Amino acid sequence: MRHLLSAADLSFAEATSILDVAVEMQQVQSRPVKKLPALRGRTVVNIFFEDSTRTRTSFEIAGKWLSADTINVSAKGSSVSKGESLRDTMMTLDAMGVDAFVIRHSSSGAAAQVASWVKAQVINAGDGQHEHPTQALLDAYAMRQHFRRLATVPEPQAPIPEPDEGSTTPEPGEGSTTPGSRTTIPEPDEGSTTPRSRTTIPQPQATIPEPDEGSQAADKNDFTGKKIAIVGDLLHSRVVRSNVLLQRTLGGQVTLVAPPTLLPTGVETWGCPVTGDFDAALADADIVMMLRVQRERMAGGFFPTEREYAESYGLTEARLAALKPGAAICHPGPMNRGVEISSAAADAANSLVLEQVAAGVAVRMSVLYHLLGSDEGALK
Amino acid sequence: MTDATDQHGEAPRVVADAPELARSLARMAHQILEANRGADDLVLLGIPTRGVQLARRLADLIAEIEGRPVRLGVLDITMYRDDLRANPTRRVGRTSIPGRIDDSIVVLVDDVLYSGRTIAAAIDALRDLGRPRAVRLAVLVDRGHRELPIAADHVGRSMQTAADERVQVLLAELDGRDEVTISRPGRS
Repeated sequence: MRHLLSAADLSFAEATSILDVAVEMQQVQSRPVKKLPALRGRTVVNIFFEDSTRTRTSFEIAGKWLSADTINVSAKGSSVSKGESLRDTMMTLDAMGVDAFVIRHSSSGAAAQVASWVKAQVINAGDGQHEHPTQALLDAYAMRQHFRRLATVPEPQAPIPEPDEGSTTPEPGEGSTTPGSRTTIPEPDEGSTTPRSRTTIPQPQATIPEPDEGSQAADKNDFTGKKIAIVGDLLHSRVVRSNVLLQRTLGGQVTLVAPPTLLPTGVETWGCPVTGDFDAALADADIVMMLRVQRERMAGGFFPTEREYAESYGLTEARLAALKPGAAICHPGPMNRGVEISSAAADAANSLVLEQVAAGVAVRMSVLYHLLGSDEGALK
Repeated sequence: MTDATDQHGEAPRVVADAPELARSLARMAHQILEANRGADDLVLLGIPTRGVQLARRLADLIAEIEGRPVRLGVLDITMYRDDLRANPTRRVGRTSIPGRIDDSIVVLVDDVLYSGRTIAAAIDALRDLGRPRAVRLAVLVDRGHRELPIAADHVGRSMQTAADERVQVLLAELDGRDEVTISRPGRS
């Protein structure tokens, strides 16, 4: 994998590996020294021709935590505003010996175009209304964590030391269900955040925690049979296309829900059901992903009023109550509270919104690692 | 990997069987306790893959001797390898540290000590996790051929090997049996 331009570039193995490594990267966030040396000496330029805070910042942090030199170039105040063409700008930066570009541009296909010009590797951080693959990956990450939590809840991992002699450890990362033993390898998320004074010897807590939540499901696909409803402004969304493509690889069943005016052309070729009936789609959805109504891209006429939109396509309190048990809510942000999502839904216990944001850095670290970690390139 | 014979080389010869391996580990557990005057500040960190199982066994042995558990964790060093770029992308494993390692005595546990590069990477990784009072190294097999100035504090077995020989530690948890073998892969 040389570039990440489209979610369709990812094979099942690659996508899964990115999500797996992201789990480990997320650990780094809770460490005292948030730094891994994997990309030491690599230079990553974040070049954003469109405003973005969360994506740009999370890419920047991701690069820095992996020890890459990250440089931000914003189109404002650069030679772009002096009339330089995209090609010249990119060729100029490329000539400086950059290893990778993270690019956001308002034109669909810009990242792919740039990739054809430069020697550096290119990561698409959003091209117009086309794609945003790392957002789809972090959505998938948050969903997968949610599914795995659901899968592990019913079987309580009783922290009872077993007198059993044959203690075995699960291979980290591969995971197997194992009987408890005397000695414990703590779950890193808990262990590393709870400072323990050196005189405290851990109580015989004595379970072997799973290497990660529910990773006994490691070979089974987490997304198989899961129903994901993506709702709202599909027309202006780059997130939806990437999610549809990624879920095609991962195995989730996507249903698209939008008013006819907000359907992109050619949506019937995407291979997933399209409906205008949110309530019907809601009834059996495992994930409801609400998309932002992109008012800044609407000259008007897409729907009568915001209130009317919220009535038909918003995740209102009533619809929140109608979600099936275990269903969760996603939103790529920024949210228009009261339009596509009610505050009650945004802040609900089953809302993954903050988890999506938190996953942003870890998933992007994993993407950078997979793209830049090795000169050999290939995975495994 | 655990096949009885290499396709082109000679059959692996067993240099330590299960009882010998168990005795080595028991001795190492005692040595670790003796050298550190008990288990109070000890943290055993296994280096994947087989170091994890060995650290667990040592921890169990120490717990048996001392009558209380010893802190145990896993230190994945993938991101710290000096050959990361020269190889295809490696999967990153889990690191799990039992609480804080500041001011504790960390015992790194690995199966075979060879070039010393893994341990150098492990020391780098530790530095990002805290500041232990001391770092020790326990290995089941020291086969020589160091490329860095690194030595083990607790060794199960030292053996003379040729550089082109392959030393393998098999553990029941992963391989179905406890054994140390040496083989010479054929030059095909």
